[in-house]
Amino acid sequence: MKIQDLLELAGRNLRESKLRNSLTTLGIGVGVASLVAMLSLGVGLQELASNRLTRSGLFDQIAVYSRPEFRGFRSGEGGDRENPNRGRDLRPLDKAARLEIEKLPNVVEVYPEIRFTSEVRFGEKSQFTYVGGLTPSAKASDAFEKMQGTFFTSPNAEEVILQTRFAKTLADKPEDLLGHDVTLRYAERQALSSGASGGGSPAKKADAAGDSGGEGFSVVRRERNVRVVGIIETEPFGGMRSFGRGGIFIPLNLAEKLAPMGSSSSVRELLRTSASATTFQTLMVRMASPTHVMAAEKAIEDMGFSTFSIMEAMRNLRRFFAVLDLFLGIFGSVALAVASLGIINTLVMSVLERRREIGIMKALGASDRDVRRLFFAEAGSMGLLGGLLGVALGWVIGKAINFGTNIYLARQEFPPEKIWSVPWWLVAGAIGFAVLVSLAAGLYPASRAAKLDPVKALRYE
Amino acid sequence: MTQNGEIAIRTEDVRRHYAMGASTIPAVDGISLEMRAGEFVALLGSSGSGKSTLLNLIAGLDRPTAGAILVQGRDLAQMDSEELARYRRHTVGMVFQSFNLIPTMTLEENVELPARFAEVDRAERKELVRASLARVGLSARVTHRPSEMSGGEQQRAALARALVNKPSILLADEPTGNLDSKTGTEILNLIRECNDALRMTVVMVTHERALAEKYAARMIFLSDGKLAGNGGPR
Repeated sequence: MKIQDLLELAGRNLRESKLRNSLTTLGIGVGVASLVAMLSLGVGLQELASNRLTRSGLFDQIAVYSRPEFRGFRSGEGGDRENPNRGRDLRPLDKAARLEIEKLPNVVEVYPEIRFTSEVRFGEKSQFTYVGGLTPSAKASDAFEKMQGTFFTSPNAEEVILQTRFAKTLADKPEDLLGHDVTLRYAERQALSSGASGGGSPAKKADAAGDSGGEGFSVVRRERNVRVVGIIETEPFGGMRSFGRGGIFIPLNLAEKLAPMGSSSSVRELLRTSASATTFQTLMVRMASPTHVMAAEKAIEDMGFSTFSIMEAMRNLRRFFAVLDLFLGIFGSVALAVASLGIINTLVMSVLERRREIGIMKALGASDRDVRRLFFAEAGSMGLLGGLLGVALGWVIGKAINFGTNIYLARQEFPPEKIWSVPWWLVAGAIGFAVLVSLAAGLYPASRAAKLDPVKALRYE
Repeated sequence: MTQNGEIAIRTEDVRRHYAMGASTIPAVDGISLEMRAGEFVALLGSSGSGKSTLLNLIAGLDRPTAGAILVQGRDLAQMDSEELARYRRHTVGMVFQSFNLIPTMTLEENVELPARFAEVDRAERKELVRASLARVGLSARVTHRPSEMSGGEQQRAALARALVNKPSILLADEPTGNLDSKTGTEILNLIRECNDALRMTVVMVTHERALAEKYAARMIFLSDGKLAGNGGPR
């Protein structure tokens, strides 16, 4: 029998026992809805956690350092049998390296991690704190979700964003600082060859024999007025040393322009690098997604640098959610398994009731295969309809729970969240699974119908 | 297709025994006979004589315990279930005492059913159904369900269904058993018309000798599953 005829006959037969078949289909629908509800909760939670962590910048970033040389300031000096870089020059983390890293696939941006100590003055009050540089992309960070004021107007703007806690040390009401200037007093590093002149008075001079081959640098005190444009509660992520990295933040471009003395206490690090050539203590590499982190780390390490990322933690998180999804799926499938018993029951009853009809069909030329396929088509149709119904039901339940959750979150003064996600693969998978389970449930009744002896079936009243 | 006069059906020592507990019931017990193409044969006998069992064996609905049933040269006993289904679709048409129409289907759907199993194209199928219903005079009742029709109309519908795939053999099991004599006569006239006009081989099971004598070209008598008499041509 042709597929079209088979489906037509199956549809006809299903319509004949509307109530019973509708209830069976509803049973499958509830089973699928339960499965969809469980899995979409798992998927939603995973997406929520993943998005939060991705937005935090923890998982799509790589910190790049130059490799340490423990046996002396110069590479190749002394002997370290276990150091793979022994005998060859250690590569400086300079502009050339930054450009090379920027060219790697899926790299979104490469920026230096800049943090320096500064005195911040507002009127009569003055406080020391760390100043952090922020890229324009940092605006997407959770920290700016509930910011008072605005983000930097441009990447080079002479503006500052304060953390509430620090702002309170300058003004009783932190919001009063918005729109006012504060003065930064910091130490600038100047190469001796370029002349140590400028607005500030030299506070300290030092000569050092480092990699720069005898160049020296001086440290000059500088002042710069910056306008307060925003106040944030929590600190945005921007580097691997970033916890507690700053009380105030300025645009990264501005921070680079200020050429401050790094916060590093490593004198050796200071002496190793040239005063005139720009080298970075740490470069932060942001990838398009956490999935690209491992490949980029390997490529950067092959360039001769050390790297660090928190990708392993992300992998563990995914493993956790995979297990969670598995368990939610198993619990969700229980209802579908019960529904499949309903299909078996309905079809077995149908075989009993339609015994004579099956006998007639066989007498008219239907093969065992035709009869089997007809019952399969009926089971599959119920599965398909139940699957569609279940997905719709699951989606509505999800929307309702999301709505309720957001009302609760709003009352707790949290921003709305999407804890329920029904991706297309879940929709397709749930419908496919419902059809498969229904077909499996139809195996026994279909085989029983196909094996009916037509002579006995025709005698059946 | 078998030419008129050639052997259409031959049974060779056909047996159909049923196991009933420890004992065996021989429903058909060693019957050998021949039926020619285009012949109208009546199988007669009392209840339990084995005539319906023999008809079911010829219809390919049942399998013999032993012996051979050759239809158009092919032994039904050697066919697998798929081949038997194909045989039932294309070679034989069946009419039953209790009509055996599917009650949930309309007349048109009932008649169309064998053509669906035979995978006939939709357009051609509609034409076959129309022609078949016209032959039995039921063109105006296509949308009616069996419960909305009289016994005679139901049997005519069953005949239309048996004819839809243009089989070469028509098997009728007590076709007038549930009908009054006038309606029964109408049905048998239609069957004889098929036999004459379409040159179909007709095998009819009946226990009414008078009807058999009137319509059949030959009468075959069965008793206790054995051949009790072969009437030969009328």
